[in-house]
Amino acid sequence: MRVALFITCYNDTLFPQTGKAVVKVLERLGHEVEFPAGQTCCGQMHWNTGYQAEALPLVGRFVSQFEHAEAVVIPSSSCVAMMRDHYPIMAERIVREGGDASLPARVAALLPRVWEFSEFLTKKLCLTDVGASYPHKVAYHASCHGLRSLGLGDGPEALLRGVKGLELVAIERKEQCCGFGGTFAIKNADVSTAMLEEKVQTVLATGAEECTGCDNSCLMHIGGALHKLHAGTRTRHIAEILAAEEKGAL
Amino acid sequence: MSAVISAREEILACISSAGTKGAEDAAADYARIERSYRQAARLSHAATLDLLEERLHEYGARVFRVAESEIASLCARLLRERGARRIVVPAGLPEKWLAGAGSAAESTLEIVPDADFDAAALDSFDSVMTASTVAIAETGTIVLASAPDEGRRAITLVPDYHLCVVREGDVVETVVEGMRRLDAVKEMPLTLISGPSATADIEMTRIKGVHGPRFLDVAVVRA
Amino acid sequence: MSVMELDPRTALSFPKAAKMLLKETELRGNVRRATETIQAKRRKLVAEKDDWQELRESARQIRAHVLAHLGAYLEEFERNLTRAGGTVHWARNAEEAQAIVVSLAKEAGAQEVIKIKSMTTEEIHLNGALEEAGIHAYETDLAELILQLGHDTPSHIVVPALHKNRAQIREIFKREMNLPELGSAPEDLAEAARRFLREKFLRVHTAVSGANFLIAETGGICIVESEGNGRMCLTLPDTLIAVVGIEKVLPRFGDLEVMLQLLARSATGERMNPYNSIWTGVRPGDGPRKMHVVLLDNARTEVLADKEGRQTLQCIRCAACLNACPVYRQTGGHAYGSVYAGPIGAILTPQLMEMKHGQSLPYASSLCGACYEVCPVKINIPEVLIHLRNEVVKRHGPLAPEAIALRMVATLFRSERRFRAAQRLGRMAQTLLARRELKIVGQNVGQADWGDSQWIHWLPGMLGGWTRSRDLEAIPSESFREWWDRRSK
Ligand code: SF4
Repeated sequence: MRVALFITCYNDTLFPQTGKAVVKVLERLGHEVEFPAGQTCCGQMHWNTGYQAEALPLVGRFVSQFEHAEAVVIPSSSCVAMMRDHYPIMAERIVREGGDASLPARVAALLPRVWEFSEFLTKKLCLTDVGASYPHKVAYHASCHGLRSLGLGDGPEALLRGVKGLELVAIERKEQCCGFGGTFAIKNADVSTAMLEEKVQTVLATGAEECTGCDNSCLMHIGGALHKLHAGTRTRHIAEILAAEEKGAL
Repeated sequence: MSAVISAREEILACISSAGTKGAEDAAADYARIERSYRQAARLSHAATLDLLEERLHEYGARVFRVAESEIASLCARLLRERGARRIVVPAGLPEKWLAGAGSAAESTLEIVPDADFDAAALDSFDSVMTASTVAIAETGTIVLASAPDEGRRAITLVPDYHLCVVREGDVVETVVEGMRRLDAVKEMPLTLISGPSATADIEMTRIKGVHGPRFLDVAVVRA
Repeated sequence: MSVMELDPRTALSFPKAAKMLLKETELRGNVRRATETIQAKRRKLVAEKDDWQELRESARQIRAHVLAHLGAYLEEFERNLTRAGGTVHWARNAEEAQAIVVSLAKEAGAQEVIKIKSMTTEEIHLNGALEEAGIHAYETDLAELILQLGHDTPSHIVVPALHKNRAQIREIFKREMNLPELGSAPEDLAEAARRFLREKFLRVHTAVSGANFLIAETGGICIVESEGNGRMCLTLPDTLIAVVGIEKVLPRFGDLEVMLQLLARSATGERMNPYNSIWTGVRPGDGPRKMHVVLLDNARTEVLADKEGRQTLQCIRCAACLNACPVYRQTGGHAYGSVYAGPIGAILTPQLMEMKHGQSLPYASSLCGACYEVCPVKINIPEVLIHLRNEVVKRHGPLAPEAIALRMVATLFRSERRFRAAQRLGRMAQTLLARRELKIVGQNVGQADWGDSQWIHWLPGMLGGWTRSRDLEAIPSESFREWWDRRSK
């Protein structure tokens, strides 16, 4: 299959290793990866912070960059949730405001081909073993958008259980938010920190070497606290674990 | 008065200018509401009765399964065990249910039919006995609908002990069935009782007995 | 602890109030324990219903249908209640509602009233208005009594005193009821309340309540409760005054078959709460001889008019969203500066204030969606939060510093060339902030291996909120797209 990668703005800038890992996994599975060059951001930060007018143009941009694709893969659960939950109403709004009248239909046609990375593996390709090997003790953080908007369920954990040598451990109250929430972490820094402290405690209580997940924004949040605490645990996107082969991590 | 009237008109005007629809479409739109939740019972009637008993036990109520002819002796025994002294009953309660309860030689029980007692007078009763209209097994709910053998609402509220008779034929499995049976008496004062009065306001622990009756016994009567 | 006034017009902003409350370790422990307990009970009982999602969907449709035909159903309710001997009053705002209740109470010759817990009367600060008119209101719900005697304010819609633990409640009762010997078991405390209130139930002839549902078809009222204080208030007095938001109406009696299944499970984690009372108007010889319903607007029609905000009015006040909310879990309810706390408060309060107050509340959420998942009437709270954030942004105007910054960022996303340039610029700018990890043996014991990444430990201004508790991994030297370019060459 020819898969178009939407890397997302923050993975592109801050976590290029995640994108490289996605490419590696997909190619190892025999798929061809393309990277539409004009892509930038899905609009999540602006939309969720209340800057709807600023977010609207990004819908058309995404659609025109990706509508030719057989499948679009995105290694960020919150960006996929942004598209599924909001792009249809955003497209209608664009039409109401005198914009491109073809957009709602094009959004509707494209969305069923848009996949979060782990979801693409488990639901589209129906795989749980992607030939990875990673002999470490790993905890899985279920990001809220993946859990609730996308309904990823046990999918990511099934993939991790399929990794050779990996010991998967469960985080207590794993459905509880880590407190990131985009600009929430800045605007309500104290509450966000309190939420994060609880999350970090439960992560550390697992004794895991690494905490993984499908969204680098939560992982950056949790990882930032772990780093500040000099804890013996780090975070790593699930793609990087699934890309790892016998010789070790990517 | 005119200010009050104008508040009514202003609110209704705001509602209609808020993009709402008029009464004309209401019935048709109402009929379109999806109702794919469970409507019918699944359990046999015997299993439904068992479920009701189980749920009532969970609430700390006691349940006795008896024939109609045994009600009187059961009631006499329960009231004696509790040391009941004054019991209020609705005027329409079948007399035979209490035949003998107050007449045994050693008994000091006074059985008083309700006669519009005020709250203070009701407070002098320690017990109340009534029938019921519907019981819902799934939730352990007993419904009083102000029938002549159930009485007005206050008599089942002030005394501390409620002995309630449920007829087997009035027991349904689900809330949906129960509410549909109540449709026939929907304008009567209804009280749905699910276990004795309780609160969870202190550290979320269910504590039995705050203001309503603290003790509930249920006699389920075979048809 | 200072009592926070729950008036959105004067309350601290959410971040400020939260900052203070986060220091209250005992309170936070109480909130955490209580919400965990309710959630566990709720989860178990919801799992038992295999038609839970179907019930939610029907409830959503019923409530949305009511809102779409609100005027018609209110008039039908008014007609039927009047026919059944009750009287309907209409109040545009809190002041009108207060005045109506005060005059009805005076008409009844009341110097005291007994009250059933009602968020609507809290919303209009009715007790204060009654007090000013020389009428004392006794709260009869155990939790409300705890708050009234403790001079405190509600922090939860269903369990208003959940921020207090048993020992604290005992102290309040000992002091205010003059019971030096009071035991500390929950049963002792409940017994004390029973004795304290029974005398009031038997003596006071006027009661004030809210209502869970109004039934248009019959003119009926439904009140859902646990303790029996509600039954006391609505059967023993001569006069009953119910203050009810206009959105609380249901079309038919039969709709209760949906609502009652959802409400108790969502609210207290019970299959059914101990008492539900449903009655219609005045019934000679049974209950109050005078029955008044005050229908309150208080900006609800404004909410109704807002297409995206309207679903807020579907709420049946079960508080499941509070119990599930990870933000509420940390701060408790007082941080929301309103009688409506938690996620529902975050969307309801600013709308009831017509967006003039409570503007920080739509931001008091990480948008995690836990509230939407549990809401029995499927209010998409995150969606409404985002909508209200947009309203706040519009009010603050295009020249607010945040607006200027976010517009600048938005222009980057509209051009790949500008985006690439910004990535490069960001890398340059951070050189002052980022530093490579110094791996001195002994100093970084236990430090995980983060490869050769660089980290930022301090950020200026507002962004400092991030680095107080988290480090930030620095921007790596090559972006993904630069790597891709290199690879494809
Ligand atoms: S918004 Fe939903 S979950 Fe929250 S109180 Fe209202 S009905 Fe309950």
